[in-house]
Amino acid sequence: MFKEEELEKISEARLKYEEEVKKTIQKYPERKSTFTTGGGVPVERLYTPENIKDLDYTEDLGFPGDYPYTRGVQPTMYRGRFWTMRQYAGYASAEESNERYKYLLQQGQTGLSVAFDLPTQIGYDSDHPMAQGEVGKVGVAIDSLEDMEILFDGIPLDKVSTSMTINAPASILLAMYIAVGEKQNVPADKLSGTIQNDILKEYIARGTYIFPPKPSMRLITDIFEFCSKHVPKWNTISISGYHIREAGSTAVQEVAFTLADGIAYVEAAVKKGLDPNVFGRRLSFFFNSHNDFLEEIAKFRAARRLWAKIMRERFGVTNPNAQKLRFHTQTAGCTLTAQQPENNIIRVTIQALAAVLGGTQSLHTNSFDEALALPTEESVRIALRTQQIIAYESGVTNTVDPLAGSYYLEWLTNEIERRAQEYIDKIDEMGGMLVAIEKGYVQQQIQDSAYAYQRAIEKGEQIVVGVNKFQIEEKGTSRKILRVDPSMAEKQIARLRALKESRDNVKVKEALEEIRKAAKDESANLMPKILEAVKVYATLGEICDVLREEFGEYRESIIL
Amino acid sequence: MDERKIRVIVAKPGLDGHDRGAKVVARALRDAGMEVIYTGLRQTPEQIVATAIQEDADAIGLSILSGAHEHYFREVIELLKKRGAEDIIVFGGGVIPDDDVPVLKQMGVKAVFGPGTPTLKVIEWLQEAVQERRAKEHV
Repeated sequence: MFKEEELEKISEARLKYEEEVKKTIQKYPERKSTFTTGGGVPVERLYTPENIKDLDYTEDLGFPGDYPYTRGVQPTMYRGRFWTMRQYAGYASAEESNERYKYLLQQGQTGLSVAFDLPTQIGYDSDHPMAQGEVGKVGVAIDSLEDMEILFDGIPLDKVSTSMTINAPASILLAMYIAVGEKQNVPADKLSGTIQNDILKEYIARGTYIFPPKPSMRLITDIFEFCSKHVPKWNTISISGYHIREAGSTAVQEVAFTLADGIAYVEAAVKKGLDPNVFGRRLSFFFNSHNDFLEEIAKFRAARRLWAKIMRERFGVTNPNAQKLRFHTQTAGCTLTAQQPENNIIRVTIQALAAVLGGTQSLHTNSFDEALALPTEESVRIALRTQQIIAYESGVTNTVDPLAGSYYLEWLTNEIERRAQEYIDKIDEMGGMLVAIEKGYVQQQIQDSAYAYQRAIEKGEQIVVGVNKFQIEEKGTSRKILRVDPSMAEKQIARLRALKESRDNVKVKEALEEIRKAAKDESANLMPKILEAVKVYATLGEICDVLREEFGEYRESIIL
Repeated sequence: MDERKIRVIVAKPGLDGHDRGAKVVARALRDAGMEVIYTGLRQTPEQIVATAIQEDADAIGLSILSGAHEHYFREVIELLKKRGAEDIIVFGGGVIPDDDVPVLKQMGVKAVFGPGTPTLKVIEWLQEAVQERRAKEHV
C-alpha cells in the first residue's frame, strides 16, 4: 500500500523515534514490560505503515459487499439499515415470555430472540424427572405446539424475524415455528429467522447436547436440505463462537474453532450431496464481543476474510452470498461483574461499540444485572437503549468500516487471521473438528486459556475494575432481581397433562412411528416427519425419546 | 495435624452446561494439593452423593448457574442425611442471588462463593473447614 521510498523514510524516522523512546523510558518506565491484547497477542508500542507494508488494498480489504468482505458484507452497511437489535429473552411460561416480547417490540426492538429453558434444550418435557427444578428457569418452557402458539400469540411471523437458541432439538422447534406460521396464514417461505442448530460447540463449550455426533450431524444437514427447498429465508444454523469464548477461549481461538466447526458442517452437507453455493447462503455465525475493544473489531474483520477464503478456496463456492460471513453478536456475559454491577453498563457499551465497528448484522447487549440473575424489564431497557444510542447518536454508523486503514487495526486483523489459520491447519492435520473434539484437544485449549485468565486476575496482572481493584464495601444490597414463580412449573405440567388427554393419541403414535422409521433410514429426511408430528401435538419430549432410542445419547469426555 | 490429602468432589448437578467455573475451581484445588474428582455435566443428586461416599470425600462443591440452586442443594443435603453422610461438607458457587444465601445456609450449605471470588479464598476456606471436620472425627 506504500511506496518503497516512503517506507524507507518512515524507517529512518522510526529509528530516531526509538532513540527518543529509550531516553524517555529511562526516566519514565512504561507501566509493564510487555503489552498484550486481552487474548494474549503481543502488542508493540507503535504501529506504522511498515507493519502493514504487504497489505494489498484490493486483495485484502476490498470494498464493502465485495470479496473478501473484510470491510463488511453489504455495500452501504448501516447507512442503509442499522443492525437488528435483538435481545435474547424468555423465562417461565409462554404467556410471560410473550408479554416480554411484546414489550421489547414496543420499545423499538427489531427482532426476537427466544431463550428456552434447559429441559426444552435437552429434549425433556416439563414433567420429566430430569426437568425438576429447571422448568422455566433460564428460558421459556416449550413442551408442545400449544406452548409455541401462546409464545407467538399476536406477533405476526411475516413481520418479525425470530432467532431461536436451540440446538439438539432444533428441528422440532423449527417445525413448531413453521406450524405456528401456517396457523397465522404465513407460508414457510415467508418466515425469516435463525435456529442455532450448532451441535459441535455444545460438545465443546455449552453442554446442551443429546445425541452422539453422527446422528446429530445428520439432523443438521436434514435441516439444511429441507430449508433450502421450503424455508429459503431461514438461517439454518448459527455457528457459534460466543459460547467458546464464554468458556474461556481467546479471541483467536474463538475465530479458529468457530470456523473449524463451520468447515465440519460444510463438509458434512457436501458429503450428503448438497450444493454449498445454495446452503452456504443460509449459514450464519454468532460471535462474542469481549473487553479488548480493538482486538474485537479486528477479530470480526479477520473472521469475515478468513471464512470468505475458506468458502471460495476450499469449497469452490462462487456465489458471493455463500462466501459472506453474516453474524450476530452478543456482548460478553463472562465480563459482567456481580460487584458494582452498574459498571457493567459501561462494559456493555464498549463491547457493543466494538461489534458495530466490526460490522455485525445483529446485536444483543447484556443487561447489567446478569451476573446476579435474569435481567429485569428495567435493566433490559437500558441494554436496548445502549444500542439505540450507538445507532442514533454516536455517529459511527455514518460511514462504512471507519477504522479501516489504522496501522494497528489492519496489522491485528492480519495477525488474528494468521493465528486462527494455524489452529485450523492443526485441526485439519488431526483429521478435522470431530476428531479434535473427541480427543478433547479443543476443550483442553479453551480450559487452559480460562485457567490462565483466572490466574492473571488473581496475580493482579489482569485488572477487573471493582473486583480486584477499586473495590468498595457492598453489604446486603437487596437489589430488585427477576424471580421465576415456583408455581409456574406445576401449571406447565398441568397444561401438558391436559394436552395429552385432549389430543388425538392415535395420530400422535402414528406420527412418532413415522419418525422412528425415518431415523432408521439414513437416506430419509427427518424434517417432514417431525413437522407432521408437532402438528398433531406430539410433545418435544416424546419426539426426542424416539430419537434417543434410535440414536443413543452422547457421553461427555471429561477433560480437566 | 491430619496429613491426609483433602478429597473433594466438584459437581455439576442437573442440566446446566456452564462448566468454566467448576473446571477452574477444580483445577485450582488440585494445584493446591487436593485430590479432586470432577464429575462432568448432567449429574443427578443421587450420582453426586454416591460418588462422594464411594470416594470417601471430605467435601462436595456444587456449581449451579441455571437458577436451580435451591432444588439441587436441598436434594444433595437430604440424600447425604439419608445415607448418614451429613458430615461431608457441602459448598458451592455460581449465579446465586445474595438473598438466597441465607436459605441455602439454613439447609446446611457451609459456604456459597459468588462470581468474582478468587480461587485462593475457596482453597483457604476449604482447608480450614476440612481440618475442623477431621478434628471432630478424632474426638
